[in-house]
Amino acid sequence: MRNHIKEHAMDTLQGNMFNLSLAELKEMAKKLRRHVITMIATAGSGHPGGSLSAADIITALYFKVMCHNPENPLWLDRDRFILSKGHAAPILYAALAESGYFPLEELATLRKLDSRLQGHTDRNLTPGVEMSAGSLGMGLSFGIGVALAARLDCRDYRTYVLLGDGECDEGETWEAALSAAHFKVDNLTAIVDCNKIQLSGWTQDIMNLEPLSQKWQAFGWHTIDIDGHDFNQILAAFQEAEKIKNKPTVIIARTIKGKGVSFMENNPKFHGKAPTSEEAARALKELE
Amino acid sequence: MSLRAQRSNLIVEASTREAYGKTLVELGKENKGIIVLDADLSPSTMTHFFAREFPERFFDCGLEEQNMIGIAAGLAASGKTVFASTFAIFASCRCFDQLRICLSQTGLNVKVVATHGGITVGEDGTSHQAIEDLALYCSLPGFTIVVPADAIEAAEAVKVAAATYGPFYIRLSRPKTPLIYSEDYHFTLGKAVTMRQGKDATIIAIGIMVAKSLEAADILAKQGIECRVINMHTLKPLDEKAVANAALETGAIVVAEEHLAQGGLGSRVAQVVAREKPVPMEFVNLGDSYALSGKADELLERYGLTAKDIESAVKSVVKRK
Repeated sequence: MRNHIKEHAMDTLQGNMFNLSLAELKEMAKKLRRHVITMIATAGSGHPGGSLSAADIITALYFKVMCHNPENPLWLDRDRFILSKGHAAPILYAALAESGYFPLEELATLRKLDSRLQGHTDRNLTPGVEMSAGSLGMGLSFGIGVALAARLDCRDYRTYVLLGDGECDEGETWEAALSAAHFKVDNLTAIVDCNKIQLSGWTQDIMNLEPLSQKWQAFGWHTIDIDGHDFNQILAAFQEAEKIKNKPTVIIARTIKGKGVSFMENNPKFHGKAPTSEEAARALKELE
Repeated sequence: MSLRAQRSNLIVEASTREAYGKTLVELGKENKGIIVLDADLSPSTMTHFFAREFPERFFDCGLEEQNMIGIAAGLAASGKTVFASTFAIFASCRCFDQLRICLSQTGLNVKVVATHGGITVGEDGTSHQAIEDLALYCSLPGFTIVVPADAIEAAEAVKVAAATYGPFYIRLSRPKTPLIYSEDYHFTLGKAVTMRQGKDATIIAIGIMVAKSLEAADILAKQGIECRVINMHTLKPLDEKAVANAALETGAIVVAEEHLAQGGLGSRVAQVVAREKPVPMEFVNLGDSYALSGKADELLERYGLTAKDIESAVKSVVKRK
């Protein structure tokens, strides 16, 4: 399927079956944010802040960039999206449901007993989820394995790994950063959702990460700094990443935690707290 | 001359880790989907044989055990059969959360084959002696755990692991160990091997303690005590029927393992005995403390893991029948 599409495509971005326009992407991101608010409010627990900050990046991947097929989640040539910051599961579930991996109604079962939508991702339960996550720092390693398999099998799929900035505290992230450069996995693109906030406060106060781009560069990566809410910049970064050979690329996406809901934006309180029904109603109104 | 020295002149010894390394090469020839990872220890774990033969399918992850397990999971999720090797202490303690999230919870097809298990690592001392690894792996749902008793069984176990989907932990040793099987030995996963019959007590042993149990049974037989000896090579899933039958038919059980008292073979056998047929039990293991540097044989003697220790345990358990 991918090859068929590619033959007729000007570039790989057109391999996406939705191929939304800029205006449509913005609408879709808003829709996914609304799902996130409703899901977490219904569940009564969850992590809204990091889902909202990643909404535009994930929208771009599922509805413009990645070559994937919701009717065949295990299609061998699919591009892979690996959510390393597993607590942002709601935004991934929203993107998967809107793509058609499972019914939209199922989003209301988030975190409930017997739901396929676990509090943190489970690859054995949810169609379209590539990796089980939740303990931070593991996704990039997993992504390297997936990317090496593509190289060994001469397949041209790409692997995308989304990390949080707080997650970069974890030592394994830097083990993986060293080895991705060492193994020259240029078919892998990492994205750091730099929303500047982790569970108990601002990253610069909890454990300073800056200068973050320079750290990745020093580890041998090509880095692209963008505004993680600007679709033009997001799409351009993914295109640039595909052209970089012999080294992995990381997109340092500067984002706003809680983006799209005024009282959640830049508010550490909403890292891991569900909105009340009144707050959810206000949030949904802002996202209309 | 001690009994041990006399015997070692007669016994053929072989290395379980060398058997592993050579078996990997055989498997690699048959199956192009086999990928091998190591963490800067390939000359010791013997994965260097595979690396030499199939460099494109070997990845040295450096001293990054956590990362190695994650990469292994990613390769397995993409259809590969992955072997990941390092020393037993690092393969258990250094990457436990990765084993839990990436392998146990997913059930992915990764075989962690660890060498240098137990105190027979010797001179490197406490930091390098994996004596809690079996307890840690036993606590991970979905893992199959095998501790081969000799080099022939090690080779067979590795072949079976490659052919069986799901996460495995195989613990091997640093020193050469006595061969107790011949080349025609057939290994069946999860099926204990009765090495010797006897009516007075059963010794259930794993790994290097199997050969020592056979030695102890020989000595005991001369004193009129007949022991059944069971090689419980598969720690998980445990052959519960073999345990229950031993309790029922011999009325006393000794468990011998190169591991701490808690969480390993002794704990698992005791659970089955308690449920199926409570009988007197004794345990030959490392108790609840670390060992020191020394030669492997010196350590086995100092910390109570010899044939003589098994012999005493059997005598004591038989008295309690």
